Amino acid sequence: MLEDKDRIFTNIYGLEDPGLAGAKNRGDWDTTKKILKLGREEIITQIKASGLRGRGGAGFSTGMKWSFMPKEVGVRPHYLVINGDEGEPGTCKDREIFRGDPHKLIEGALIASFAIGANTAYCYIRGEFYREAEVLQRAVDEAYEAGLIGPDACGSGYSFDFFVHLGAGAYICGEESALIESLEGKKGQPRLKPPFPANVGLYGCPTTVNNVESLAVVPEILRRGSQWFADLGKPHSTGTKLFSISGHVNQPCTVEEELGIPLKELIATHAGGVRGGWDNLQAVIPGGASVPLLTKSICDTIHMDFDSLKEVQSGLGTAAVMVMDTTTDVIRAITRLSAFYKHESCGQCTPCREGTGWMWRMMERMVSGEADVEQIDLLEEVSRQVEGHTICALGDAAAWPIQGLIRHFRPEIEQRIADRKARDTKAA
Amino acid sequence: MVTLTINDNEIEVPHGRSVLQACEQVGIEIPRFCYHERLSIAGNCRMCLVEMERSPKPVASCAMPVADGMVIHTNTPAVQKMRKGVMEFLLINHPLDCPICDQGGECDLQDQAMGYGFDRSRYEGNKRAVEDKYMGPLIKTMMTRCIHCTRCIRFATEVAGVPELGATGRGEEMEVGTYVGKALSSELSGNMIDLCPVGALTSGPYAFTARSWELKNVESIDILDAVGSNIRVDYRGPEVMRVLPRLNEEVNEEWISDKSRFAYDGLKRQRLDQPYVRHEGKLQPASWPEAFEAVAAALKGADTDAVAAIAGDLADCEAMTALKDLMTAIGSPHLDCRQDGAQLDPSVRAGYIFNTTIAKIEQANACLLIGTNPRREAAVLNARLRKRSVMGEFPVGLIGPRADLTYDYEYLGDNVSGLAKIAAGRHGFSKVLKNVERSMLIVGQGALARDDGAAILAFVRRVAESRGMINKSQGWNGFNVLHTAAARVGGLDLQFVPGKGGLDTNGILDGASSGRIKVVYLLGADEINTERLGDAFVIYQGHHGDAGAHRADVILPGAAYTEKNATYVNTEGRVQLARLAVFPPGKARADWTILRALSDVLGKTLPYDNLRQVRARMVEINANFMNVDEAMAAPWGEFGEAGEVSNQAFTSPVENFYMTDPISRASATMAKCKDIFVNGSEKTGTDG
Amino acid sequence: MTDSAQTFEQPESFAFSSENVARVEAIISKYPDGWHASAVMPLLDLAQRQHDGWLPRAAMDHVADILAMPPIRVYEVATFYTMYNLNLIGQHHVQVCTNLPCWLNGSDGVVGACKKSLGINFGATTEDRMFTLSEVECLGACVNAPMMQINDDTYEDLDSVTTETILEDIKAGRRPKPGSQTGRHSCEPVGGLTSLAHQANLKAQIEGTS
Repeated sequence: MLEDKDRIFTNIYGLEDPGLAGAKNRGDWDTTKKILKLGREEIITQIKASGLRGRGGAGFSTGMKWSFMPKEVGVRPHYLVINGDEGEPGTCKDREIFRGDPHKLIEGALIASFAIGANTAYCYIRGEFYREAEVLQRAVDEAYEAGLIGPDACGSGYSFDFFVHLGAGAYICGEESALIESLEGKKGQPRLKPPFPANVGLYGCPTTVNNVESLAVVPEILRRGSQWFADLGKPHSTGTKLFSISGHVNQPCTVEEELGIPLKELIATHAGGVRGGWDNLQAVIPGGASVPLLTKSICDTIHMDFDSLKEVQSGLGTAAVMVMDTTTDVIRAITRLSAFYKHESCGQCTPCREGTGWMWRMMERMVSGEADVEQIDLLEEVSRQVEGHTICALGDAAAWPIQGLIRHFRPEIEQRIADRKARDTKAA
Repeated sequence: MVTLTINDNEIEVPHGRSVLQACEQVGIEIPRFCYHERLSIAGNCRMCLVEMERSPKPVASCAMPVADGMVIHTNTPAVQKMRKGVMEFLLINHPLDCPICDQGGECDLQDQAMGYGFDRSRYEGNKRAVEDKYMGPLIKTMMTRCIHCTRCIRFATEVAGVPELGATGRGEEMEVGTYVGKALSSELSGNMIDLCPVGALTSGPYAFTARSWELKNVESIDILDAVGSNIRVDYRGPEVMRVLPRLNEEVNEEWISDKSRFAYDGLKRQRLDQPYVRHEGKLQPASWPEAFEAVAAALKGADTDAVAAIAGDLADCEAMTALKDLMTAIGSPHLDCRQDGAQLDPSVRAGYIFNTTIAKIEQANACLLIGTNPRREAAVLNARLRKRSVMGEFPVGLIGPRADLTYDYEYLGDNVSGLAKIAAGRHGFSKVLKNVERSMLIVGQGALARDDGAAILAFVRRVAESRGMINKSQGWNGFNVLHTAAARVGGLDLQFVPGKGGLDTNGILDGASSGRIKVVYLLGADEINTERLGDAFVIYQGHHGDAGAHRADVILPGAAYTEKNATYVNTEGRVQLARLAVFPPGKARADWTILRALSDVLGKTLPYDNLRQVRARMVEINANFMNVDEAMAAPWGEFGEAGEVSNQAFTSPVENFYMTDPISRASATMAKCKDIFVNGSEKTGTDG
Repeated sequence: MTDSAQTFEQPESFAFSSENVARVEAIISKYPDGWHASAVMPLLDLAQRQHDGWLPRAAMDHVADILAMPPIRVYEVATFYTMYNLNLIGQHHVQVCTNLPCWLNGSDGVVGACKKSLGINFGATTEDRMFTLSEVECLGACVNAPMMQINDDTYEDLDSVTTETILEDIKAGRRPKPGSQTGRHSCEPVGGLTSLAHQANLKAQIEGTS
């Protein structure tokens, strides 16, 4: 279990002052100028060495991502875009960073921008986080006032602007290229890749898009040294992570823990255990709505890190742990997610536009049992027709939970169909 | 060059190509719906997915640039399966109403469903129904059929330059339309019908009139403006059913204007299908011999010097040749093909054609527009100007009436003083023209069809020369005349202009008013002021009961452009052939044969008995007629006349794009368009 | 879409209030020259806030005009994002999350309480135009599920009773306290702190005062 001394987000519950004074008390904005003095290359090297992987779901190496940016700033300015469009069901960690530790984000954004040669960062916050954006904006104003950001950020001579930009209700804008489109004033429709944002991003300029949490941990990593961070967690899954534990637990919460912590321990230690006891557990979605669920038997032993979860055909995603006990209609649970993906499909490309609706409608039939057993195969096949064939990953995200359900709960689905048939026969 | 492997064959393709283009290069057809080579890449239909080694996911070949060492597979079972999958998705919400769909038989979705579709649907839900959108009188919508490829949106935004179409809503509820239910304000909107890969956008006027497989077609050219767009005329029996564009990169690419496409119903209305002779003030039906006799009688009674001829905007070269030869035989020098009075100089060909050529607009680096609104006068050519503008670094200056041309320009005034500033180098735009390589100007009939037209023409020539637009060593000629009449350049090439001591159009009309001219032969000339014909005996040869026929004493019914094999020369000086699709109605005949027959009656038999012989005669007059389909460079020379120019404002000769000639004036479709777009009496809503 | 889709008049015109005009300028200045379209979403939001919580066509056209965008591009944006209300909307927009974590923790009860208290279904507006009830997707407060958002504030850790209380309070003109309705400060575990032990007394203090 992670010790408090190794926790980065020391105001995640907002019990202390989120403002600049409180932040400084917690060690934020300490020696920032010295960190910038390390230079672009060294910062990137250290972040790479820390093993930090993106906290937004895909888990790509943050240092590596920064290194894709052109080394020299040409006629096109560079941009940092901060992905605060937190919308993955189950995920509510960035919200707490905005509310409790906004200065960590701003400081991290300054360092990251410096490392990628950007003088401007746009923080795209989902529109529903209106109050959260207010807190962040206050923090930004404070940082400007204190000279921490602005024309001479932290006295480093580096000019850095931080702008808050609110979305208006579209999950798809969490996809980085859709977010860029949205930030440019368009519908949030993902772009075709290549070109990648590091080459052609915001306003056609080299752009890095980082998750809020990924950036907020950067200052602490550089202050304490990459080795400190790398020693936490597991190889390939270093450091700490904010876990949001929701659903059928006694004490739902968000908590910072070491990557690689056993799921059972995570739930027991921080979330007060599964409602009705561990044996009452039916399934867990370990990383936000997009990743396939895990059955209890997997949950018994699984560790919460990128590799372990990949091995069981799921994923760490955003580390949003959704717990379902044995009372849960797990078919309906996944169907609710299917409805979500149908609602959030941008409509741009065929498999997602047509497939998400089709899958949801079939799932509804699975819930009521008004289906044939063969249609489970059809559902599976349709999900494979969507998976991998879309412009962005939303198609995959819509397909995977269904595939996971069929993989682990096919007997339950078949039973539902059989029960329904029996009921219908009796009624007739 | 880039080397990549496609289906085990190593190939080389130029850098910057897409995988889809590379596949096409080696003859591998990749199915697609959203991709179109003249539009930006959307990559949304996903039909063109192929496998790429070392890529965890299949890639959209339309959007993936080729790279060295790439290994592509297009023929694997996995690819086949993907295509079937995408096809199935496209079909689950498609109504499959092919039997009542006008796209049936020429539908990309239908065609590809033959290759990749299942024989039955596995989708058990209700299909989505989408409310049809009003897009004006030309485009009929059935939006339930839409597969959201966004070609129409991209066309409107990128090519037509009228960003009025979009996809609103999202996901399953995404709908293509204008959102506000108004007609698309583009002269090129009909092209979206061709671009639509399904039956969501079909032709309103053509709706339910024919099935594509019932139609025969001929390849022809359009003559409703001077662009000479290449068209395909689809006909069934004696009737033209529709007009479609035909690819010609040099002229119209694959676009045509809405007038070219939709005015064809005008071919069936107000037609002159038999000769008429005026008796006691009233036009009476007559036989051909009676009509010819009436003409002969009128000519007999008049001095040869009192006979004149004017060729109109739609006259074909064969007919003008015959009429010119007949006038020569009669002994009259009074003939003119410039019915609008444009002071074009027939002596130097470079002085009356669009020398740069339409295709090479793309190579120009600056453009000055003088007395023209190319959007209204030559919509397809304007699209080429826009295309160049979209490429960037293409300053355009406009001297003339302000207008939305679909691209940005610098406004330099509406009269000749703006031009004078450019000529004197006293305006910033003057430097722009001088400093770039390959600049061009376009002078319209609005600057030339006026009393000081010849002086303006000379003035414009000097501007072209002094601003470095004429560069012989580089083969660049940036001087361009934009015509509005399909007949004009051909007429000038044939020297259908006053002979020695002859009168021009104005002279003829003045002569007729004053009584000096006794007989006027109007070859489809309808855009003159017929009141100025005075008491002259008027022979009207043409195909529509328009202004000329109303004033006529004898009507000789001719053939419209879809009813004859005829030569036209477009504004570039490109000789092109219109071809007979259907026969002229009733007793109407191909125009040159009418003149040939008349010449017999007059005892001045013209020396040609068939089309080949007429065309040989044309070549004799001007060797340029040998170069069919080519735009030949014309040598530079001096043209125009020195003289006073007035400060009168330039106007565009085309006020109403939809009605410019007897055919479009007879078209009910064009009348509807005029109501909406010119008179602005649009009804909003969803009818259509 | 509400039932009232086309049953009301769109205003003929729209203009920003003088204080919003200044805000418009400030918003636009965040974005580089030539990319003012970036301001379209904030400006639509501003227009909506000024116009009783919904976005008339005239406002979209006005924003298009300000930003020199083709109007259709603004319509696309306005119809794409769920937070733009293109129809009349109640003074209090009650948005209940029914996504998985909320559903697992009893959003059905919250929905039931809303429907009962307001007497309307999802997508509808009360006759006095005080409330509009909407079903929304995950609002990102999952460890405080179930939750709803009313205008800009979230109400968390709900059940049917607290939901009804909140709505009744609003009806009575009171402003219920946003956030957790069970006394939690934010997303900490409801028992004792399991991390950041040094803040335990802070937690006790805060809970004591609330």
